[in-house]
Amino acid sequence: MNSYLDFEKPIAEIEGKLQELRHLSDDSGVNMLDEVSRLEGKVDRLLKQTYSRLTPWQKTLVARHQLRPHCSDYISRLITDFLPLAGDRAFGEDRAVIGGLGRFQGHTVMVIGQEKGSDTEGRVAHNFGMANPEGYRKASRLLRLAERFQVPVLTLIDTPGAYPGIGAEERGQSEAIARCIEACLDVRVPVVALIIGEGGSGGAIALGVANRVLMMEHAIYSVISPEGCASILWRDAALAETAAEALRLTAEDLHALGVIDGIVPEPVGGAHRDAASTIDRAGSALEEAFADLRGLDGAALRGQRREKYLELGAVAEG
Amino acid sequence: MSWLERFARPKVSGLFRKPDIPHDLWEKCEKCEQMIFHRELESNLRVCPRCDHHMRLGADQRLALLFDGEEYQTIELPAVDEDPLRFRDRKRYSDRLREARSNTGHDDAIVVAHGKIGGAPAVVAAFDFGFLGGSMGTAVGESLLAAARLAILQEAPLIVIPSSGGARMQEGVLSLMQMARTTIAVDELKEAGVPYIVLLTNPTTGGVTASFAMLGDIAIAEPGAVIGFAGPRVIEETIRERLPEGFQRAEYLRDHGMVDMVVHRRKLRETLSLLLSLLRDKKPAAEIISLHGDAPSKSDVKDEPASAGAE
Ligand SMILES: [Zn+2]
Repeated sequence: MNSYLDFEKPIAEIEGKLQELRHLSDDSGVNMLDEVSRLEGKVDRLLKQTYSRLTPWQKTLVARHQLRPHCSDYISRLITDFLPLAGDRAFGEDRAVIGGLGRFQGHTVMVIGQEKGSDTEGRVAHNFGMANPEGYRKASRLLRLAERFQVPVLTLIDTPGAYPGIGAEERGQSEAIARCIEACLDVRVPVVALIIGEGGSGGAIALGVANRVLMMEHAIYSVISPEGCASILWRDAALAETAAEALRLTAEDLHALGVIDGIVPEPVGGAHRDAASTIDRAGSALEEAFADLRGLDGAALRGQRREKYLELGAVAEG
Repeated sequence: MSWLERFARPKVSGLFRKPDIPHDLWEKCEKCEQMIFHRELESNLRVCPRCDHHMRLGADQRLALLFDGEEYQTIELPAVDEDPLRFRDRKRYSDRLREARSNTGHDDAIVVAHGKIGGAPAVVAAFDFGFLGGSMGTAVGESLLAAARLAILQEAPLIVIPSSGGARMQEGVLSLMQMARTTIAVDELKEAGVPYIVLLTNPTTGGVTASFAMLGDIAIAEPGAVIGFAGPRVIEETIRERLPEGFQRAEYLRDHGMVDMVVHRRKLRETLSLLLSLLRDKKPAAEIISLHGDAPSKSDVKDEPASAGAE
């Protein structure tokens, strides 16, 4: 049932033993409670230990974990009365981007997120979370729609990147992303972004320019995938682990750099071990972020957003 | 010191110098492989006289090509944290920067200049591909903001000439953030009513294309320039198909509605001068001809608002 990552092998072994023990005690009636609880404690300690010092590469693997809660999981647990809205009004409907109106803690919100899909069929339908231009144009449209009705926007980011395809290029992938960034910057309503898994490059920042940018503890956000970076700068894709270190793509690093505003802690062992409590924690953090922005008028929200990005990278005058 | 004083100070070394003549007097065209005499190539603006291939220009050559009398002044690039991640791959990023500076004579992958085009002031920000592949990091983002503000201050149009492989990986996610920051630069221009023109040259790809480069009021491309988001190799590996002929080239983009025009280098200055004058001198240059047949006399035109008011 669980699918283990390479570095989780010691945990997998003990959990395997635990499974066996439970079966054994069921079948034989022999009470092995002591041994079971000893092993349970051991798993717990190991998980805590491992997950408190994940390397950037390990975080990359966790961020991409197939059992990690995806955009639609967040929507179904956090948003009530969700009403999906489709299409870019120009070419098509891109299911890599889910968007729609709903209620977050009673307030109407516009939710726009990238969905990777959680089984083979879903992954194909959602194109593994890699949007075509239509996805970004739909997002731009929904941002403008939210502005028109003064509805706050929540974006959920989880994508390996924008889709690299012939049609995507022909229909203006780069223009679609640029316009989406422009729309995120421009709208006179609160925008809160949450990076839930993989924040892959231009495809991620297209939805990632916000008044508050939050990031799940084990999510990553990077200008290029560690593999891509390794193959270009080190000329060896096998050095992805080294590249992941150098890129500073963890939530902790990005917070220190001022690129994100907050980190949402994940349960012990990562989001994929407890989706419900992960999403609940995200919910509280989002509630706080929206509450902070309440009371600011449209111009102030827009100005604050711009100022925040203008300040990034500016050097203190001496 | 305000940003204005900081960047509006001209750089003494920024005044244009003719590039040194290279030692080898013949150059090979990368497209048709013909050997071309150096002087012939230069007088032809580095366009192959045999096959019309547009060879790459450095930032200095770009600026000399566009400004009247090859005269312009560059501005000092704003100060930034040069190596925020203390990045090191096979080489230190700080060493790569040092090398690029000594090879190009520029502080970073962009040069911002102001002067006159077609007799009227203009600001130009030209990328230098020779500087780490024209990649966009914090310095480039900050320079584009400075260029936009200079254009607004001078009420002069901004022409940006990307030649870039995209974001600068050595600055990690901070280079990604320049996509947002350069978009703000574009929005500031738009709010000020200042024309923003992009001249897409070979190559314009990645994060540069997916931000300011595709947001021009007018988009012009040089013939044959590769312009796109994803690199051709990445696309081929993803879709496992051969790419169509001319894919991601300037002409292909024009045919797909992504740029306004593809302009030969020889016609660039003329085209830009005309465009800028059309955007500037909006009064009719000649008498208006009525759409309703007879040309109106001047008194007719004058009377119209008055009679409308009387009704
Ligand atoms: Zn040639």
